[in-house]
Amino acid sequence: MGRKLLTEHINVEGINTFEVYRKHGGYRSVEKALKTMTPDEVVEEVKKSGLRGRGGAGFPTGMKWSFLAKPEGVPRYLVCNADESEPGTFKDRQLMSKLPHLLIEGMITSSYALGANTSYIYIRGELLYVLRILEKAIAEAYAAGFLGKNILGSGYDLDLHVHPGGGAYICGEETALLESLEGKRGNPRNKPPFPAVQGLYARPTVVNNVESIAAVPVIVNEGGDEYAKIGVGRSTGTKLISACGHLNKPGIYEIELGLPVEEFIYSDEYCGGIWKGRDLKAVVAGGSSVPILPKELILKTAAGENRLMTYESLSDGGFVTGTMLGSGGFIAMDETTCIVRNTWNFSRFYHHESCGQCSPCREGTGWMEKVLHRLEHGHGHMEDIDLLVSVAKQIEGNTICPLGEAAAWPVAAAVRHFRHEFEWHVTHAKEAAQPGAVYRANAVLV
Amino acid sequence: MAKITFDGVEVEVPDGTTILNAARQIGGSIVPPAMCYYTPLKGSGGKCRACLVRVAAGSAKDPRPMPKLVASCVTPVQDGMVVENTTSEQVLNVRKGIVEMLLINHPLDCPVCDQAGECDLQNFAFEHGVSTTRYQEERRTFEKIDIGPLIQLHMTRCILCYRCVYTANQITDNRVHGVLGRGDAAEIGTYIENIIDNDFSGNVIDVCPVGALTDKTFRFKSRVWFTKPVNAHRDCPKCSGNVVLWYKGKDVLRTTARKDQYGEVKEWICNECRFEKKETSDWTIEGPAHIDRSSVISANHYELPVLNQSVIADLPESTQRDLEKNPPLKLGS
Repeated sequence: MGRKLLTEHINVEGINTFEVYRKHGGYRSVEKALKTMTPDEVVEEVKKSGLRGRGGAGFPTGMKWSFLAKPEGVPRYLVCNADESEPGTFKDRQLMSKLPHLLIEGMITSSYALGANTSYIYIRGELLYVLRILEKAIAEAYAAGFLGKNILGSGYDLDLHVHPGGGAYICGEETALLESLEGKRGNPRNKPPFPAVQGLYARPTVVNNVESIAAVPVIVNEGGDEYAKIGVGRSTGTKLISACGHLNKPGIYEIELGLPVEEFIYSDEYCGGIWKGRDLKAVVAGGSSVPILPKELILKTAAGENRLMTYESLSDGGFVTGTMLGSGGFIAMDETTCIVRNTWNFSRFYHHESCGQCSPCREGTGWMEKVLHRLEHGHGHMEDIDLLVSVAKQIEGNTICPLGEAAAWPVAAAVRHFRHEFEWHVTHAKEAAQPGAVYRANAVLV
Repeated sequence: MAKITFDGVEVEVPDGTTILNAARQIGGSIVPPAMCYYTPLKGSGGKCRACLVRVAAGSAKDPRPMPKLVASCVTPVQDGMVVENTTSEQVLNVRKGIVEMLLINHPLDCPVCDQAGECDLQNFAFEHGVSTTRYQEERRTFEKIDIGPLIQLHMTRCILCYRCVYTANQITDNRVHGVLGRGDAAEIGTYIENIIDNDFSGNVIDVCPVGALTDKTFRFKSRVWFTKPVNAHRDCPKCSGNVVLWYKGKDVLRTTARKDQYGEVKEWICNECRFEKKETSDWTIEGPAHIDRSSVISANHYELPVLNQSVIADLPESTQRDLEKNPPLKLGS
């Protein structure tokens, strides 16, 4: 049974209230940090913990904090990125709605470490009910003296605001998020300057994911070294995985990093295997933007070792035989899944969500979607398959923000690993265009 | 100061200069193309991706190459940086791709477009594109939108460079237009079918790199290469009054702001100078305007060549007499 650092008390009745949360050890990290530690010591603990950004990029959080410019007399900001909206990723929503005070506690401790006196939680606009929960929890924290002026008599002031976004996927990109928070159109900014130097209102800013911030209280309470003992190598601590698709028990699981993928899929403690006794066909391990892997490659690396739920193990083999842990949006697909249809579906999403600012993403995402639409509906040609790869390559790495890659990787990977399915959609166009049609090794329709 | 190597040529530029502007100091054909970057407009650049270059060495301190191609118009130089532009196969391939992307929805209606001859996309496609496209889907079209009596918006031609948005934002106090929608459904539009009505609105025509925003007082009057650009000025209470008059015969067909060799406006002009002063008597003529970059206009150049006296001496007597009668602008010594 893996340890639960964030979700230990998630099912306790009334844990979303200040009183119950406090009874279960809540806000201890704020007391510890503000009364016994300097901000630099908190940063040091986070560095020692090896915590890596849980939003998808996996950048070391402590290092990100240490990059924050600290000019005298200039305000700094901490912004929590709660604009979770990638297909397959739904862990932050649960964390915020069930454990709002955990996030608030993390925000206070992190803001103290960074010297921020005003912090923001930028939440996806559609999550209105979560916004209400957070607002209520923030009011409770103010009333209890954990927010506002002179917190716990330490002389430290912090104001915390929740800001609903407009409901655009692009606003989850940190600079687009900052633009949106400033009241502008959510278009990503060119980097440099990075937010650590010029972020919100052109001031030094750290943008962290909900789960990353929620891990800070644990790190401060237990110490960075203790936290780093969990996990494997540079993948330390626990990670929330939102598992969905053709699984017996889809849901949100907190796992210790290093868990074998096979165990995660098949053990009863986690997903309980593939539904209806079917065979696993493919997995998207870290949200829809990461490359899809067929069963053989998601369970074992190319070298034949067990694939582990870590940043390193999942990316072993680069994008040829590997993928990414990403945000932990784990989508399992059984043997009845049509990869072409699935890829088209992902592509529709990225086409719809591209901000349209830079030409390769604006035009390329639409182009890929239209070609995939043709292939799926029986109007494709053999050369379309190479065209898809070529367009994906034209987008990848040439855009302002990573949405270009997010759109290109799934398409390129699907063709890489399931080319025969794409070809079947051309050679058996009529059959493939039927609703529910799917390629099997013996070309049987389902 | 930072010393960088651009396509093998060393150049020293002040700290904070962008790679593109460093390349412009070298000049010539190695300068990356720029469809969205516009020096006078704060915040412009980084969108069209036409100016992507490869940074083979980040700086003297950290000589590692940058992992991705970078937009040269928004990336500042570092001392010791090594940049590859025309010397990088990868960069040239990406540019072909960018041209293909930009031409997906931009109609090739150059024969009827008023921007033909001074269109940045035309030049970009000519210099970096290929003659075919692999795109076979339906293209984006738009209903006609009325944005006022002076400016015609052809949204189908727009490549969403945002230049006009920045212009409206930065030089006028009554901004009514911007980008609506997102992705390939994004479009330039006015707030609830408003019209663009302020003294400097005409400048959005000058900054548009393609024919999406054209001058209603000039539309369909002439191809630009049949006109003669002449520098002129007037005492204007609103703007500098320094313009280029585009003559056809004795008629001023169009008035624009003066641009530099990269097509960037030097001084914004007001609508009165642009749209209302169309008589030669309104202006003090300075002489032919030098058009450096737009190839088609350059082909019909009005500056006469500098002739060496020894060359003149070799000419037939009748020609020498003609030259004496109608001397070229500059006679060399």
